[in-house]
Amino acid sequence: MKIGRPFLLAAGILAVWQLLVLLTGVPAYILPGPWPVASALISHLPTLAGHLATTAMEILLGLLLGTLLGSSCALTMIASPLLKRWMLPLLVISQALPVFALAPVLVLWFGYGMASKIAMAVLIIFFPVTTSFYYGMQRTEPELLELASIMGARPLAVLRSIIIPSALPAFAAGVRMAAAVAPIGAVVGEWVGSSSGLGFYMLHANARMQIDLMFAALVLLAVFSLSLYAVVDRLLAKLIFWEPRKG
Amino acid sequence: MKTAADFDLPWQTAASGPAVILHRISLSIGARPLFADLSLRLEGGRTTCLLGPSGCGKSTLLKLIAGSGRLPFTGSLRFEPRQASNEVAWMGQNDLLLPWLSLLDNVLLGARLRHELSEDRRQLARRLLLAAGLGDDEQVLPGALSGGMRQRGALLRTLMEGRRIVLMDEPFSALDALTRMRLQDLAAGMIRGRTVVLVTHDPLEALRLADRIVVLAGSPAGVAADLQPAGRPPRDPGTPEIARQYARLLALLMNGDAP
Repeated sequence: MKIGRPFLLAAGILAVWQLLVLLTGVPAYILPGPWPVASALISHLPTLAGHLATTAMEILLGLLLGTLLGSSCALTMIASPLLKRWMLPLLVISQALPVFALAPVLVLWFGYGMASKIAMAVLIIFFPVTTSFYYGMQRTEPELLELASIMGARPLAVLRSIIIPSALPAFAAGVRMAAAVAPIGAVVGEWVGSSSGLGFYMLHANARMQIDLMFAALVLLAVFSLSLYAVVDRLLAKLIFWEPRKG
Repeated sequence: MKTAADFDLPWQTAASGPAVILHRISLSIGARPLFADLSLRLEGGRTTCLLGPSGCGKSTLLKLIAGSGRLPFTGSLRFEPRQASNEVAWMGQNDLLLPWLSLLDNVLLGARLRHELSEDRRQLARRLLLAAGLGDDEQVLPGALSGGMRQRGALLRTLMEGRRIVLMDEPFSALDALTRMRLQDLAAGMIRGRTVVLVTHDPLEALRLADRIVVLAGSPAGVAADLQPAGRPPRDPGTPEIARQYARLLALLMNGDAP
């Protein structure tokens, strides 16, 4: 049942989609049914795969760099209360700016290539990673820290052996969220200006009224995003085996 | 599981733990005076149990001996002969085993945190685990161990510190009666020769383990009773003498608890 559930869910979504098309009778240029989309997906698979590779690379690099940047920020703030007082407001300000409004600026600065899309994904990701990791480290069991201090522990050893592992479950929650939102950054970046990628391809197909192709690209993006989330989720659960689990 | 004191530990030398001397200690938490001019001398190399109703300040007193800098007390605390300030090992009610480290690595935590890990230390930790009946579990993660096994691990981690003063804050109170008895036997053998201050609210635990029992009561807390049960710990809980003293201690605690 556990393995069958995603397939059952997908079948359900497809059925509702088909039903919607049949019952409302919307024209195919507004909402094409699952079959035309599937056939468009298969007939254009090589082209679509090429664009997927671009978008996937942007998402993965964005996720990697965003997680690295977020972790470094969190570690810096834990290590230095002085820097923390300056960094925390800056972090909040960075999130008060609507990231989508920054997309044109990023394209202007980093160009039409992958760099501007990766920057966009990083910008979206690093805040949840930073805050979850930082607050996770702050919430280290005080009794543990007291024990370490009675043991005459070195500060760096406490950070490495107690504080960071204590915070990893919270950090994992931040990375899971990052994995879910990273595709948004990449695709929005592509909409603003690019020459390749699924976001670019969707705009292109839309302009040429190839709505079934646009949906095919969307389906591919959704499948990739869900797979990414599932892989990240499993990987984190395996690595951070002491994460408390309920239900 | 061995129960006697035959654990050939390198630091169990002739030199026993130092005495702990509290002189005119006063401490208030908020507006409530916890101690006022409390003086107490805890003999070196002996096990002293601090017994008292909950909230009387016995755990705070233990934290104070541990050198917790956050406690705003007046008076003086010293060890005789003089010790470096970090000459204590701590064991609490919560085992505080790290869930991401194996039992062996947990027992070696102090050495790891001080960058003192060595093959000798590892061998010593293995011998302790073997002596405590945990020889087959050294690579097991704490999450897979029973409460009694975890607390045994915490006891070994405390002993691995090799400190001559051991402070224990209700170390066995979260365990079932049978497991508690076994652990008391194990602990009694392993801590012999050190200066042990053990806080408990269980008169029977005090009667089994203590060379001396100090009953704290009142507000501010003072010494309500000070006794030295006969015989060597761990004592058999079934003797009439223990039963008699148990009744007496219980009565004392009940009185101290009354408003």
